[in-house]
Amino acid sequence: MSVLDAFAKVCPDLRPGEVADRVDGLVPGVVAAPASLNEASAVMRTAAEHGLSVVPSGTGTKLDHGRPVERCDVLVTTRNLDRIIRHSPGDLTLHVEAGLTFEALRAAEAGGWGQHLALAPPVNGTIGGAIATDVAGPGRLLHGSARDLLIGITVVRADGTVTRSGGKVVKNVAGYDLGKLYTGSLGTLGLIVDATFRMHPAARVVRVAATVKDPGRAVQAVLHSQVVPRALEIDRPAGSDETTVVVEAETETPDETSARLRELLGGSPAPEPDWWNRLPEGELLAEIRSLPAQLPNVMDAAKGLPLRGSAGAGRLYTAPNDLEALREALKPAGARVVLVRAGQAVRESVDVWGPMPTLPLMRRVKDQFDPDHRLSPGRFAEGV
Amino acid sequence: MADTLRALAERCTRVLGPESVITDPVRLRTYECDGLTSHRASPGLVVLPETAEQIAAIVRACAEAGIPYVARGSGTGLSGGALPRTDGVLIVTARMRRILDIDVANQRATVEPGVINLDVTRAARPHGYYFAPDPSSQQICSVGGNVAENSGGAHCLKYGFTAHHILACEIVTPDGEIVELSRDDPGFDLLGVFVGSEGTLGITTKITVRLTRLPEAVQTLLAAFDTIEQGGEAVSAIIAAGVVPAAIEMMDALSIEAAEAAVACGYPDGAGAVLVVELDGPEATVAHQFAEVGRLCRDAGAFEIRVAADDTERALIWKGRKSAFAAMGRISPAYIVQDGVIPRTALGEVLGRIDALSRESGVRVANVFHAGDGNLHPLVLFDDAVPGAQERAEKVSGAILDLCIEHGGSITGEHGVGVDKARYMPRMFSDEDLDTMQMVRCGFDPAGLCNPGKVFPTPRLCGEVPGVRKGPHPLVAEGKADLF
Repeated sequence: MSVLDAFAKVCPDLRPGEVADRVDGLVPGVVAAPASLNEASAVMRTAAEHGLSVVPSGTGTKLDHGRPVERCDVLVTTRNLDRIIRHSPGDLTLHVEAGLTFEALRAAEAGGWGQHLALAPPVNGTIGGAIATDVAGPGRLLHGSARDLLIGITVVRADGTVTRSGGKVVKNVAGYDLGKLYTGSLGTLGLIVDATFRMHPAARVVRVAATVKDPGRAVQAVLHSQVVPRALEIDRPAGSDETTVVVEAETETPDETSARLRELLGGSPAPEPDWWNRLPEGELLAEIRSLPAQLPNVMDAAKGLPLRGSAGAGRLYTAPNDLEALREALKPAGARVVLVRAGQAVRESVDVWGPMPTLPLMRRVKDQFDPDHRLSPGRFAEGV
Repeated sequence: MADTLRALAERCTRVLGPESVITDPVRLRTYECDGLTSHRASPGLVVLPETAEQIAAIVRACAEAGIPYVARGSGTGLSGGALPRTDGVLIVTARMRRILDIDVANQRATVEPGVINLDVTRAARPHGYYFAPDPSSQQICSVGGNVAENSGGAHCLKYGFTAHHILACEIVTPDGEIVELSRDDPGFDLLGVFVGSEGTLGITTKITVRLTRLPEAVQTLLAAFDTIEQGGEAVSAIIAAGVVPAAIEMMDALSIEAAEAAVACGYPDGAGAVLVVELDGPEATVAHQFAEVGRLCRDAGAFEIRVAADDTERALIWKGRKSAFAAMGRISPAYIVQDGVIPRTALGEVLGRIDALSRESGVRVANVFHAGDGNLHPLVLFDDAVPGAQERAEKVSGAILDLCIEHGGSITGEHGVGVDKARYMPRMFSDEDLDTMQMVRCGFDPAGLCNPGKVFPTPRLCGEVPGVRKGPHPLVAEGKADLF
């Protein structure tokens, strides 16, 4: 039986890879789209039996994150795993398959749910992709990222074993919280199949925007105020000295909250600006992670570059020309710089992550989960 | 004392000095249990380090000698997570009590693991901040223990658990290396998995916690209902209205009776259930939501609603709730505390089933719980002087956990698994699930010396690749373990 037949036996939606399926220039031998947990497990098991590398994928919007993969025998897409399994409004929980797109989720929420999953990645992708890449959107300030909202997860391990952690209730400390481990794992630990999240009630939101001279002061003023901001974003276009600060707050008393924000920032109530939750344009996209009070130093070090993102949470996107130069310039501010996205040649040649003191521990965990290093090989740091 | 342990004691004495190493059997007995007093074991050796380097040296010495070790903070845990090993070392962090930094601009504090939870808040309060996780033992429990257990508390409904408030941990790995795990690290969230690992992945030696702005306004009300079902309806209505209170706590008639006897909290006469609801946040929002919560409680059938006018009255309302566990001594010689969780919407049904269990078995069960997030603390009462009573109580207690699992809940919401609930883990997780969790443990602690015997009912032998056997496992060959 050929390898393709072996996969076809366990997963009906299956075909040989084509040029259009390329991941980092590699045409996968097989593209499998399992439609159930059983199929997903069987696909992973079949790949293991044949010693094949596997690259998990959703809609493929973030396949250019991290370093280029070194092998891609089987591209597993979760696009057929796109169901909303259960929304329990009274429990404020949501159980979904990993291939559900944010676009589809937002459409469902808009159908009168009265609550939402407080994750809004800048690019429409899948739930599984948001977990694997730890993207969150402006709401990170108040609600954190996937790791803070996940309460249960099902993952198929490299050998096809189905494994769950967490559960369906928000409060639960039984066993290790593996949902957090998979957050940011970039497809190197297993195939995420479904996930359960804590939801938040939809709230009235006020938004105030101001163009300020001293963004550091403005951000500190809002952070230490009694307004509880949901998002505190800044935008400084490339080559500009002008910075816009936008605050969003959930409130039952919009007029009062808006007045307070205007008092803190100046500015005025505003619609969502066109740059809201959009990544800066550029060949290289990098994320700067720093302490919020370091903002003035970060802005100085990144002079001339576009800066955008959650100043309140200390996560800003920029588009540098030279990653290492930016890293060097930001060292005194104690900031980390992680390359998010770039062309393949750049990702092959630069240090994507910067210093990683926990790498030895990550390698050891990786060796347990994927001893043959067949999952997204090369994607993450050396040896993971 | 075994020779290996004696040699280790000498080595520890060289590292720490004699006053920080305890070998006297009488003094060792002080550490024989944590907050779960039904499990006891006198540690082989107790050490009281003051620095991360000292802990690293002790862990390295243990690793070389193959001696197990257990970390302990204040020893308030309720699942036996800090139960010592008679053949091992207990590493007590009580002398690591410095608050190293209060960084208001960045809304964080850095503390040593032995720092008391409430002391973080005391240090932050003058700046307008506090440390949000508030386990009921917060006056004595340590932040290191909070990290190990991912502690909760009454206010985690709105503010989340310890895991949400930890920004970085310096840890000593089971290799004896000192490493910092941070939320800003790229890649897998090792910090996230470390928090709540019950001391089985390493020992934390420095913790950076998030500080939360003290709310502008706090409002607390007590609502009394004829029945617990009405209280449950009020809880559902509040959540359905999109209000997320800081806390929603419920007590049933039996626990009210006990609290009344113990602290005379003056809850309304004849109440079948009371609900304590606390709202906090910006003043105008709190005022708006408070009116709504009051209305929803009345609609659900509350016959009396008391509003705390000030901090003193608020403390009085909380007094009954906070004394509930200890108050059980007034109505029962002994009791078992459970910590099961159910989906909030199953509250009515599960409470009915617990009531039926209680009636059928003749074992009294008092219910005190974090109603907002479905975290039940049924107190199963028994008289330990009556032969067989404890066994009957344990049976009811186990049946309650089964009910929680049956309804899609959890065996523990905040107390942890420890030694107490390890045997229940297979009811909630498959062998594959437990095996996968232990793969993380094997990555961190292949020798299995770091707090062994906790969380997992059956230890996994590390180094085994599933399906591939290359001769006997080294631990089996050495006669230290069996495969079965």
